[in-house]
Amino acid sequence: MKIGEFSFQSRLFLGTGKYPDFDIQKQAVEVSETEVLTFAVRRMNIFDKEQPNFLEKINLKNYRFLPNTAGAKNAEEAVRIAKLADASGLCDMIKVEVIGCDKTLLPDPVETLRATEMLLNDGFTVLPYTSDDVVLARKLEELGAHAIMPGASPIGSGQGILNPLNLQFIIDQANVPVIVDAGIGSPRDAAYAMELGADGVLLNTAVSGADDPVKMAEALKLAIHAGRLGYEAGRIEKKQYAIASSPKEGISIGG
Amino acid sequence: MKLLINGDLIQMEENVENVEELIGVLGLSDKSLIVEHNQIILKKQDHMGASLSDGDQLEIVHFVGGG
Repeated sequence: MKIGEFSFQSRLFLGTGKYPDFDIQKQAVEVSETEVLTFAVRRMNIFDKEQPNFLEKINLKNYRFLPNTAGAKNAEEAVRIAKLADASGLCDMIKVEVIGCDKTLLPDPVETLRATEMLLNDGFTVLPYTSDDVVLARKLEELGAHAIMPGASPIGSGQGILNPLNLQFIIDQANVPVIVDAGIGSPRDAAYAMELGADGVLLNTAVSGADDPVKMAEALKLAIHAGRLGYEAGRIEKKQYAIASSPKEGISIGG
Repeated sequence: MKLLINGDLIQMEENVENVEELIGVLGLSDKSLIVEHNQIILKKQDHMGASLSDGDQLEIVHFVGGG
């Protein structure tokens, strides 16, 4: 899979929030074989000289970084957060995330579109997190977004893919990678996204919130691989009635 | 000298000439962080050249876990 100038073997993008501890997180990240990690940008506690950071625990060379603009309520705030992230020197791509509703955490379509345009003009590799609106996804691509990241269901909800039809439409029309982002709760959900033809899956809570995050990281890795293979292999059509797998003739029963 | 850092007005005990010295005084020199000085986002190599004056506004941010 290619996004902008970056090529990836892994189709799993992994968030870095809400793990029980850094050791479990590090193991989960390694087991997942992800090549892309997301982060958020926040104020430091300047009075705490310790504040260990997960970035200190990993080999930075093994990953591409996809900071998000979470916290932004409009395009201008998203651009500012993106530029802060970029100043770190650890911003390969930017995930545009402009939340328009505090309760559902669904993205603001207008501000997402504006932020995407502004960041593209500034030369960023831009991956907008968007709702599963088909027309909006097309408009983001027309602006030049390097990938489209439609949500499966609300962030952190684990409800899986609520509107496979829209996701299918988005995937069918897209000429850039489609990464299903947000709402994935289980290996089944991830495999389903991949079987629909998604190029990848971005998830966080499905791993970090699992009883055993390391095992779940492996399960999701395998599910994404399985789903992709299934997509490439081409599944059979669904039929209403049974069609026997065994020959009907050649045995002397009931004849 | 008083500085507004991350929204808190902080009286600096020591004299700090620039952003690089401030980071040192705060004991955060070995941290991966990003500084915005009076609404201007600085690259690390610009910290030394960013002179501080009384009342300057600073945002000191870093990467935290997120999805």
